[in-house]
Amino acid sequence: MSMSTEGPSQGASAPSGGSERSERGGAINQWPLWEIFIRSQHGLAHKHVGSLHAPDAEMAINNARDVYTRRNEGVSIWAVKSSDIVASAPGDKEALFEPSNSKVYRHPTFFPMPEEVKHI
Amino acid sequence: MYAQMVETGQQKVRSAEDMSAEEQAFQARVDADIKIEAKDWMPDAYRKTLVRQIQQHAHSEIVGMLPEGNWISRAPSLKRKAILMAKVQDEGGHGLYLYAAAETLGVSRDQLIDDLHAGKVKYSSIFNYPTLTWADIGAIGWLVDGAAIMNQIPLCRCSYGPYARAMVRVCKEESFHQRQGYDIMMTLCRGTLEQKAMAQDALNRWWWPSLMMFGPPDGESVHSAQSARWKIKLLSNDELRQRFVDQTVPQADYLGITMPDPDLKWNEESGHYDFGAIDWSEFHAVLKGNGPCNRERLATRVKAWEDGAWVRDAATAHAQKRAARQLGEAA
Repeated sequence: MSMSTEGPSQGASAPSGGSERSERGGAINQWPLWEIFIRSQHGLAHKHVGSLHAPDAEMAINNARDVYTRRNEGVSIWAVKSSDIVASAPGDKEALFEPSNSKVYRHPTFFPMPEEVKHI
Repeated sequence: MYAQMVETGQQKVRSAEDMSAEEQAFQARVDADIKIEAKDWMPDAYRKTLVRQIQQHAHSEIVGMLPEGNWISRAPSLKRKAILMAKVQDEGGHGLYLYAAAETLGVSRDQLIDDLHAGKVKYSSIFNYPTLTWADIGAIGWLVDGAAIMNQIPLCRCSYGPYARAMVRVCKEESFHQRQGYDIMMTLCRGTLEQKAMAQDALNRWWWPSLMMFGPPDGESVHSAQSARWKIKLLSNDELRQRFVDQTVPQADYLGITMPDPDLKWNEESGHYDFGAIDWSEFHAVLKGNGPCNRERLATRVKAWEDGAWVRDAATAHAQKRAARQLGEAA
């Protein structure tokens, strides 16, 4: 489904890297949340693997390397700010996806082929 | 388990009559094994219970780094040291996957960490026991990670999508942990008499606390029943414990060491091992904060966080400086 399903729900996204300091030093939450996508060795598309906090894009990539590719899981990393992802709403599911349900002719199995006809 | 005795805030298991139309629809999705995702509607109690459970689980991964970290500088060889560092790094990663899953429920990372450091939330009882010898590192991998896997494999099927996906990643990495532990035990048991005695001593001390990890018998627990209904607990504490015993006893036989339980014996009729009574008073004392290492663990954890503040501050300052420079170049 939508890519940002891992993202914070209740509008709890991290305040964007502002200068605001918490009382304790080094609060993590002021760091933006990044969604991490990894492309594996075999030429497949980047796949969402999870999220992490980091102060900027470069550190997000470095953190993602340590967190999500400790075992050769990938050859390429994308880091995208969670707040930049536009997602469909769960409530829109029917409106968005229902119309394709009735169009079974979009699948090859809709057209039965005779036994004798090969390679089709 | 890594999350023990998780409260659901319920007095009784919610029946269809207690539920609003929204909640009935939610329960129907859970019953049909359709995953619940972060932005879907969910009952407040489900959300709160999940936050408690995932948070406890995450904290257990993080605090679980401490008993093992204790031995990184004293590992018997460079190879063992590198392996142990990789394992401890994995635990940190597992904590992170889980914190991220908890954050999808609308809580902040800083709040979760504050709650741990303030002693407001629990982590698994098992990490309040000391690691006295190198054999304990073997026993932890073999028994503690073995018990964790037992619990985490069913959780890969739990109803909450982000939690289930985090569990899939964790399980993929965890079996290395268990095997490296058993490998340490094998090496010790094939060594000198003294080394084998060390392995036996570690088993003696870790066996009962490992069985306690699964939590008390569920019995009539409303919380367990409600969590089962929500499919965030898939097997009962006793079922998981029995599976663990059945799986682990033959592994000890292979090593030639024995469980510290005179009542342990194979039951031909049930096809399971019978085992002795667990001392639940010890478990409850540890959960209340009176285990051998509770205070030390929390103090070490808080110190690590505070000592690391300058690193987090420096990262923030670096990012701000670079952003400002880029802004300057653009102008």
